[in-house]
Amino acid sequence: MDEIFGIPTQALLGQLLLGLVNGSFYAMLSLGLAVIFGLLNIVNFAHGALYMVGAYVAWMALEYFGLDYWWALVLAPLVVGAFGILIERLLLRWLYQLDHLYGLLLTFGVALILEGTYRYFFGVSGQPYPVPDALMGATDLGFMVLPNYRAWVVAASLAVCLVTWYVIERTRLGAYLRAATENPRLVQAFGVNVPLLVTLTYGFGVALAAFAGVLAAPIIQVTPLMGSNLIIIVFAVVVIGGMGSILGSIFTGLGLGVIEGLTKVFYPEASSTVVFVIMAIVLLLRPAGLFGREK
Amino acid sequence: MSRQTLVYLAGLVLLLVAPLLFYPVLVMKVLCFALFACAFNLLLGFTGLLSFGHAAFLGSAAYATGFAMTHWAVTPELGLIFGVAVSATLGAVFGAIAIRRQGIYFAMITLALAQMVFFFYLQAPFTGGEDGLQGVPRGKLFGIVPLAEDWAMYYFVAAVFVFGFWLIRRIIGSPFGQVLKAIRENEARALSLGYEVDRYKLLAFVLSAAIAGLAGSTKTLVLGFATLTDVHWATSGEVVLMTLVGGVGTVVGPVIGALVIVVLQNELADKAGPWVTVIMGTIFVACVLAFRRGIVGEIAARWPGKAGAPKQEHGPGH
Repeated sequence: MDEIFGIPTQALLGQLLLGLVNGSFYAMLSLGLAVIFGLLNIVNFAHGALYMVGAYVAWMALEYFGLDYWWALVLAPLVVGAFGILIERLLLRWLYQLDHLYGLLLTFGVALILEGTYRYFFGVSGQPYPVPDALMGATDLGFMVLPNYRAWVVAASLAVCLVTWYVIERTRLGAYLRAATENPRLVQAFGVNVPLLVTLTYGFGVALAAFAGVLAAPIIQVTPLMGSNLIIIVFAVVVIGGMGSILGSIFTGLGLGVIEGLTKVFYPEASSTVVFVIMAIVLLLRPAGLFGREK
Repeated sequence: MSRQTLVYLAGLVLLLVAPLLFYPVLVMKVLCFALFACAFNLLLGFTGLLSFGHAAFLGSAAYATGFAMTHWAVTPELGLIFGVAVSATLGAVFGAIAIRRQGIYFAMITLALAQMVFFFYLQAPFTGGEDGLQGVPRGKLFGIVPLAEDWAMYYFVAAVFVFGFWLIRRIIGSPFGQVLKAIRENEARALSLGYEVDRYKLLAFVLSAAIAGLAGSTKTLVLGFATLTDVHWATSGEVVLMTLVGGVGTVVGPVIGALVIVVLQNELADKAGPWVTVIMGTIFVACVLAFRRGIVGEIAARWPGKAGAPKQEHGPGH
């Protein structure tokens, strides 16, 4: 069996894998957005920019300090997470009493600042980032050749997403978090330090974006603009999935990545718009999103 | 004479003499963006809907007019009408989809739809791809008045602006506009009073898209080109910023905001490069944190006139 629907199997599976890789990024970013929105009621427009910063932390760590990929995988989320905590403490916390739209506008401003700064220092051309030695090459599975690094990206992001789901749904800390999402005042009255929880949640959400950025660095060129285009697709993913459910975000992200990959095979012209078309259709049929609850 | 009338009279005089004092093309660009921002503010300021995809309407009309002027060699007024028709149609489609969700989702949906339109123009054969439509002729107004002269073009643009501004004022002041404000203040109550909220929102959206289109078409005539920048999300962000700086929900605010931002960008473009983005971002952050009423809103709050300027303590959505 060399062909499926007239498409060579290898090409089809290759695009499918590429779709899964993109889907992992959608899943991780929309998960972070959902967690932040749940507690802060802020749609974090800076999410894409912080993903970009994560990739640059990896690049700079290698270029200036000789710290390799595995270091970057730990360092970037920590650095960006700390930066996120700073953003939350200095800027976002003044907005909690206001309309949600202000959070979107403020983080949009933060995204512009980050993007402009990185464009000043690094220009718009991409910086290549090498695939780590341990994940070089490909494995022949018989029916397809599997590039090791891409398989790793899918596995790592799935693992991170599932751990996040476990922590939120199955641990005491997660229970506090879910309770604070429902009713922050009551949880505060029970003696839980809600403001601290909010700060850490934002830090964690953006650390997730940075982690995705490091994973993406060897696949795509690291550029200051890599986040802004991605974040708009992730917004569409979030609208499709609804922000109510953690597993929902993960499935929607992966699923849309795969659909996008398949569109590249069968109708390449539509591959950049297919997610938005699906969003429009979902809105017409099921306005609350696939996994959403109308608040 | 009320203070409002005085302000408008002064504005009109300034509009008439501006090309003698400043570079006319810059003033025309300011006017186009001012109209764009006013159209945007009709949604955000008076209906409580934040559209993060308004560049789609500006850009679609810009492309439509550019295409009609270049390939069909129509007169400018027909080019404008075609551009407005295209953006209004697109507005109806966007609106029908986006009003199915409220608040923050509405913003994300409009942004995503606008990005879809961006990719469409990037690939479409008639837009010139990365180069855009270049060398769009200004043509002869009604087939008589050649607009190639900057002064003729200027007074045409000024007339378009005054018409658009008047139209928006008229909409806001009408019973229809009152219902929009009621929806902004409390959508559930407007609904329970028997207003078909979705139809009002949709019509407001189409009107806003059409006027944004008018601004985009006019801009193409003035500058002679339509490019991907016009449909890019950054342009959608700019119009939000203009409205925020000038004063959300004020009638004159977006005009002032557009003036500030366009002139600032014009001054900084050569000197600052990528820092322009940083400066815009900083203004965004500063406005949201400390200056939510905007320039006009702030003035109105400090020196309340007899008419009583609209209060904007809480801003959009309230």
